[in-house]
Amino acid sequence: MPGSVAAGLTFTTPLIFERGAKGRTGVSLAKSEVPDVDPAALYGDLFRKEQPALAEVSEPEAVRHYVQLSQQNFAIDTGMYPLGSCTMKYNPKVNEWAARLPGFATLHPLTPDSMAQGALELMYRLEQGLAQVCGMDRVSLQPAAGAQGEYVGLQMIRAYHSAQGRSPKKVLIPETAHGTNPASCALNGFTAVPFPVDEHGIVLPDQLAPFVDDDVAAIMVTNPNTVGLFETHMATMAEMVHAKGGLVYGDGANLNAIMGRGRPGDFGIDVMQFNLHKTFTTPHGGGGPGCGPVGYKKILDPYAPVPVAERNDDGTYRLDYGSRPQSIGRVRSFHTNFGMAVRAYAYMREMGPEGLRMATDLAVLNANYLRVCLGETWKVAFDRTCMHEVVISDKHLKDTHVTTMDVAKRLMDYGYHPPTVYFPLVVKGAMLIEPTETETKQELDRFVDAMKSISDEAQREPETVTGAPHLTRLRRLDETRAARNPVLRYVAPKSA
Amino acid sequence: MTYPAELRYTKEHEWARVDGDTVRVGVTSYAVDQLGDVTLVDLPAVGTSVSAHARFGEIESVKTVSELFSPVSGEITAVNEDLEGTPEQVNEAPYEGGWLVDIKMSDPSQLDGLMDAAQYADYIGKLEG
Repeated sequence: MPGSVAAGLTFTTPLIFERGAKGRTGVSLAKSEVPDVDPAALYGDLFRKEQPALAEVSEPEAVRHYVQLSQQNFAIDTGMYPLGSCTMKYNPKVNEWAARLPGFATLHPLTPDSMAQGALELMYRLEQGLAQVCGMDRVSLQPAAGAQGEYVGLQMIRAYHSAQGRSPKKVLIPETAHGTNPASCALNGFTAVPFPVDEHGIVLPDQLAPFVDDDVAAIMVTNPNTVGLFETHMATMAEMVHAKGGLVYGDGANLNAIMGRGRPGDFGIDVMQFNLHKTFTTPHGGGGPGCGPVGYKKILDPYAPVPVAERNDDGTYRLDYGSRPQSIGRVRSFHTNFGMAVRAYAYMREMGPEGLRMATDLAVLNANYLRVCLGETWKVAFDRTCMHEVVISDKHLKDTHVTTMDVAKRLMDYGYHPPTVYFPLVVKGAMLIEPTETETKQELDRFVDAMKSISDEAQREPETVTGAPHLTRLRRLDETRAARNPVLRYVAPKSA
Repeated sequence: MTYPAELRYTKEHEWARVDGDTVRVGVTSYAVDQLGDVTLVDLPAVGTSVSAHARFGEIESVKTVSELFSPVSGEITAVNEDLEGTPEQVNEAPYEGGWLVDIKMSDPSQLDGLMDAAQYADYIGKLEG
């Protein structure tokens, strides 16, 4: 079997609430120097009657609990993680070094500007770097994640129209879009209007034309799109929308396919979000929060969120609050997910322009290598040169009754995180595979071997695949029951 | 998969059973097969107006969330309340216990725009290519 998975020493870990003993604690607190108060007397009915069932464990118990849980996890540090659309690239350890420098890690967000010059300069330089990579005039680092970036970008678009006394209602979204796009529209009071893509998976101007009118606030485009194809008519689409007074929002989720090779600002995008946790190697969850800066053209600058890190004439830096009276305001507490800004900046400077370009080239090359190699066995949904990800389907397994879900489960036995399944919705039984530039040719070959082997199994011994996973700590979970009868809250057993 | 002869069908895989000026609406066995196990059905309240080809609710399965489209225009006169506790009825009996809503039609001529069972089976054949 390709890969290197074996049954290993894994632990069954009780909930932390079920460990420990009454009264046990992992810390010793100093004797309180303030007099006791009686909260019941102060708060009356608001005072809780039962003690919360908090875990009572020693420090080693707590550490072992979480380490054991982490051993049940799969991460990019464990193995290949081809989860399409998520850009699960390796997070270089030098980023962690930079983010842990005490001057950054221990800085209080309310530190006066004069004492936080290094951090402000980093924010300013990161902004300038991101703007340069994408052909934007400015970038707001505030949004905490990609979806909030979308929301903020659309809010700026709304403010732009409103400043001109207009209130167009429609946002055009191709049917291949990310699910977050319509949600961001709805939250901004826009109506998401989906429009079709052609049979090759991209938008054609003729298909867009009937939807473009004076009521269009914006078009929201992901380029390359969610089926991994470059929207070749992007500039024309942008012109059509601009001609009617609308703006163009670029979903930067797939920036990893064009960074250093094409600039969204040059193909007509007015505002876009970056997903630092995708393209710029900051961690996805677990290791830290996301970060979704928004890049924009000059016309949108008056509406940008405040504060903005600005450079003074004397070379010092400040957080500027007052220069944008039409600003949409603050969109999060404090300034940005600063630790992510440090990591992204470290990555950018470590790579340099040549390095960023090479990362893009390798990400696209890797995806196309998989497209060709997997295409020998699997049905490739759109058989043309792809960008950073490729869509295949379970179509050739139709007679075996083995489905995409079964293939995804079986891949775990081969040591791979499954790809994104059943998305994009326009492809039946889709598997969206994004290797990123992280993987070597040897690793890609092992993955292809695993996929070929699963295809063989599906035809020779389908129950091996439909019964998968076999090597994981837990076998196939009852997702249906979990969804129909969710247990959302831990209820502590009553102690005697 | 079965497509009962007495029903009319939409391209979005809803069926309509005509009874006087009311139609009962559900999703087809093809839709159910594509969706997998249904976990939640979100339906409008009785009295809501719906338009032909417009969205009237959502159906969620372990795989995906899909929109429900009305085959005709009119007003919702009944909703299958049982689905709240037992959405699996949509999987088990899509044409019977798994029905979704009743709609009092405002324009019965819209029924002519729907497919009959043979046309729908053809349509599925093409989709499956």
